[in-house]
Amino acid sequence: MSSILEVRGVSKRFGGLLAVSDVSFSISEGEILGLIGPNGAGKTTLFNIVNGVYKADQGTISFAGKDITGRAPDKVVHLGLARTHQIVKPLNDLTLLDNVTVGACFGREYLDLKAARAIASEVLQRVGLGDRLNMMARSLTIAGKKRLEVARALAAKPKLLLLDEVLAGLNPTEVALMVELIRKIRDGGVSVFMIEHLMQAIMSLSDRIVVLNLGRKLAEGRPDEVVHNPDVVEAYLGFPDIVDKLSREQN
Amino acid sequence: MILRRPFFWIILFIAALFIYAPLHGNNVPLREDLILVAIAVILASNLNLMIGYTGYVNFGHIVFYGLGGYMGLYLATVRGWNLVLSALVAGVAVSVCALLFGLAILRLRGAYFALVTIGVLEAVQAFVSNFGPWGRSTGMYISFDAYQPLGGAMRALWITYYLVIAAMALSMILSLAVKNSKFGLGLFAIREDEDAAVVLGVNATVYKAIIYSVSAFLPAVAGTFMFYKNGMIDPSIAFEFMLSLEGIVMLMLGGQGAVMGAALGGGLYETLRSRLLTSPTLSNFHLVIAGGLLLLVVLFAPGGLIGWFYRVIPRARKVIE
Repeated sequence: MSSILEVRGVSKRFGGLLAVSDVSFSISEGEILGLIGPNGAGKTTLFNIVNGVYKADQGTISFAGKDITGRAPDKVVHLGLARTHQIVKPLNDLTLLDNVTVGACFGREYLDLKAARAIASEVLQRVGLGDRLNMMARSLTIAGKKRLEVARALAAKPKLLLLDEVLAGLNPTEVALMVELIRKIRDGGVSVFMIEHLMQAIMSLSDRIVVLNLGRKLAEGRPDEVVHNPDVVEAYLGFPDIVDKLSREQN
Repeated sequence: MILRRPFFWIILFIAALFIYAPLHGNNVPLREDLILVAIAVILASNLNLMIGYTGYVNFGHIVFYGLGGYMGLYLATVRGWNLVLSALVAGVAVSVCALLFGLAILRLRGAYFALVTIGVLEAVQAFVSNFGPWGRSTGMYISFDAYQPLGGAMRALWITYYLVIAAMALSMILSLAVKNSKFGLGLFAIREDEDAAVVLGVNATVYKAIIYSVSAFLPAVAGTFMFYKNGMIDPSIAFEFMLSLEGIVMLMLGGQGAVMGAALGGGLYETLRSRLLTSPTLSNFHLVIAGGLLLLVVLFAPGGLIGWFYRVIPRARKVIE
């Protein structure tokens, strides 16, 4: 399988803080890659570098064979790399339909208004907001706003979708629906790169996982490899052998 | 298509009323009132493109009107060009200036942008006040002969009136067209959340510069007509900061973001202002009233008159845009 995203040696410094340090990884076409790590590990910063919100101090990023290092976010979307935000950014005083139409209008296909509206209402159906097309975005619940984020990104017809904690703050039913949706998105041929704190969900969804800690890549591999990696356990819980200890105590 | 929108025809109807009303019985005082109302509608509508659509407060919007007035007047009188051609050339020239300015200053956001727009106004006023060909601080005066190409002063006043009404109708049609376009949707996205808009693919830098430039065109054209009609121009009346501020009050009053809101606010405020200015007891009191009105609107009807109207009759949104 060829890779859709290739990140090589990326670093980003904010003043004295090295937020991301020499991180490299790649995502294959049709793959779901999970990104985990403790708070402040640099996950969202890494997303921001990938989609061009921040410029990397070092390193290169190539997407679908093109070098996109330092390219502005709006240019990156046109190539087919869309994202959602951890802190949702709904266009409050626009309807849900208009919110998603923006995504379709200015996305990869750069559709005209009429075609974009058709795509938008179709995508809103897919994420389960089809009955609220003319509602103002501000009146959605947090779960609704997260779906709206996903819908807007999907309307851009991306080849790669970056999902930044779309499950956080959702109740178990909503989580199950969202997990189902992410699977369907992948089955539709879109590669997914997702940040998530909800371990159960990301372990079951991801094909591979990258672990970030203090800006560095700590581990990479299949979900079951990663959870048993002593470095990862230490980063999360403080003691490398706590998993063994806990399971011994339980027995 | 814009022709299919009911509001397009409402705009034409309003313009027809403006033309018919003073013509009936050759009512010159009414015409003089209405031309000021039309100017207010033009300024408020174009300011709405920046504030209401894009979310960028432009305190120096009047600079387009004054600069357009100077350029147009210079071309029409000193150079002896056709009036409409002068106005259009002035409009294009001011728009090009705005585009260049815009690309530079629109990288700023919020209060910083608002402050710089005042700086632009002051800078242009200072430049014009020292610019020899435009008469420095004394400005330019038109001799009576300048009205000869339009068939004398009497006819020239009527012709400029119709031209200003045309600019008013075009301002509203422009607002309507932008509102219903993909470009307009991009602007709305910038207004709601610029960072989100960029991530969704809107080229905010270019969009903002374009709308800043577009919002300069019709005020500049109208400036040419208006100062030609008045027969004189000088820096203090062409670049009157107070009028710039009043433009913002008009928008707040009528309801920013809506085509009719801007027009209604402009029309009502100007009507009120001229009543107060001409009243012997309340002269110069109009700014106190403007301040009070602004306070009331911001506190109790943040959507302005049109916002209140939409709340009472939600369906009106589709017709009165």
